[in-house]
Amino acid sequence: MTKLFEQLQQHFSVSDFSQPQGNQAFVSISREQAVPLLTHLRDIHGFTHLVLITCVDWLEQSRFQLTYILHNHNSHSDLGVKVFIERDNPVMDSMHHLWEQVRVYQRELHEMFGIVFPGSPGLEEPMILESWTGPPPMRRDFDTLKYSQETYCHRPRDEHQPEEHMKQKLYPED
Amino acid sequence: MEPLYPSVENGKAVYDLDSQKYLKVWQGPQHPGVTGNMSLELDICGDQVINCKTHVGYLHRGFEKLMERRRYINSFPLVCRICVPEPDTNEYLFATAVEALLDVQIPLRAKWLRTLNLELSRLASFLMWTGGQSGAFGMGTVAQWALVQRDYVLDLFEEWTGARIYHMYMIPGGVRGDLPPGWEEHALSILEGVEKFLDEVRHVMFNNAIFKSRTLGLGVVTPEMVDRFGAVGPVARGSDLKRDIRKDNPYLVYDQLDFEVVTESGMDTYARARVRWREMYQSIDLIRQILLKMPREGAFHLTLPNILHLKVPPGEVYVRAESTRGEYGYYMVSDGSAFPRKVTVRGPSYAHAMALLEHLAVGVNIADVHGLMLSLHTYPPEIER
Repeated sequence: MTKLFEQLQQHFSVSDFSQPQGNQAFVSISREQAVPLLTHLRDIHGFTHLVLITCVDWLEQSRFQLTYILHNHNSHSDLGVKVFIERDNPVMDSMHHLWEQVRVYQRELHEMFGIVFPGSPGLEEPMILESWTGPPPMRRDFDTLKYSQETYCHRPRDEHQPEEHMKQKLYPED
Repeated sequence: MEPLYPSVENGKAVYDLDSQKYLKVWQGPQHPGVTGNMSLELDICGDQVINCKTHVGYLHRGFEKLMERRRYINSFPLVCRICVPEPDTNEYLFATAVEALLDVQIPLRAKWLRTLNLELSRLASFLMWTGGQSGAFGMGTVAQWALVQRDYVLDLFEEWTGARIYHMYMIPGGVRGDLPPGWEEHALSILEGVEKFLDEVRHVMFNNAIFKSRTLGLGVVTPEMVDRFGAVGPVARGSDLKRDIRKDNPYLVYDQLDFEVVTESGMDTYARARVRWREMYQSIDLIRQILLKMPREGAFHLTLPNILHLKVPPGEVYVRAESTRGEYGYYMVSDGSAFPRKVTVRGPSYAHAMALLEHLAVGVNIADVHGLMLSLHTYPPEIER
């Protein structure tokens, strides 16, 4: 994997190489070079299988980490490509032209994190959260308790503590 | 006379829904089960689907959000609930991701017990799929036979772990307990019954004229489409691609077991059904091998520091395992605290159910859509974790 990293370094400004497992590595890349890098990895280096796209919210550093994990079926190795984007203005280049399932991931990320992928088909359609009006719920500053208290009314509940209940119902004279 | 089917421009059918030639129908989300927790918006012409759109969101329980606010061990009872037919893969992957971040090795005996558990759950899930696939093509009897056999396998789980569906057996650091006395004989006798059932499935399902005529040529996934749509597991193997994580990236003790990757070249629903049917035999064989080779002595759990105050060093890792539907993966990011920063679940049918199904359903008879979904083995809770 170190050899692959050196090869990539000749063409792209990849950084932060880490290798948590034997055949698995992670690298970072800037937003501008992400689409060319992934296209290069898919077409030249045989990373044809896109495993997943996900987002990690680094609230303290005010940035989102987008992770694209690619798999090579010949060498059976994984490469995670990390792209950091601003949290206040989350825009990322769409990759729906590279793999068909990417638009589904991008729809989900748009809904759950509010990341915009210009040009991605069906991005604005609700996927999981139909008629959702609140802020993107997977962001770390989304307060679930506050949201549910504001949105839904509290339903009072009859509490029947067995001891009290039996006393009142069965032996009211005591 | 006007042509029956609408014209196609840029790969999309162009038609006027108000012309009374077409009908929009919804399949789902009423049915409780594999196909029913999502809905398909189908535009049909006669009885043929000309456009399909998948809708999910009926089973969203927010697992990934819940896990961010729980300690590692508190998240543990959550993860198995992501997938009802196959909870053990989730348990295994969650535990392995934590172990990989902690950089610990579990005892050898725990590895064997985990492999046994995973293989048994694969068998149970495949049996449930047999029920669904045969039921979708009108063979209710086979479905009932299959579910009976699955119930016997669940009996084994109950005897072993105390629970039928959500076992919560593989905890970080090892497994929760040993095999009870007499379990192995019980397991072998049940496996014999399952094998007999599989022989019967060959006659009643794979040699059935109706099943064959309806599944041959239904939902063709060519090898070029596999990577383009992100298809994994039996869908890829049904297209003659030799891809099995147990062979390619061996985990646990799969490198010490003897098995071949099952492939079929038909590319359609029938080929995928045959892959799964043959993999059931493979699972039975693997379970027998494990029972033969498994060490009977030794620790099955690692001593970890107090798990409630466990802090996991910062880092990120992706772990994967072969489930019945294909590649199941967990991507875990830790920031050094006692809570995971982010856990992403890669459900194998995520890509199948949304992008691939919408593509394959076009041109299919409306009665076969159900069977097509089961053939892709879509499972909605994996999509909306």
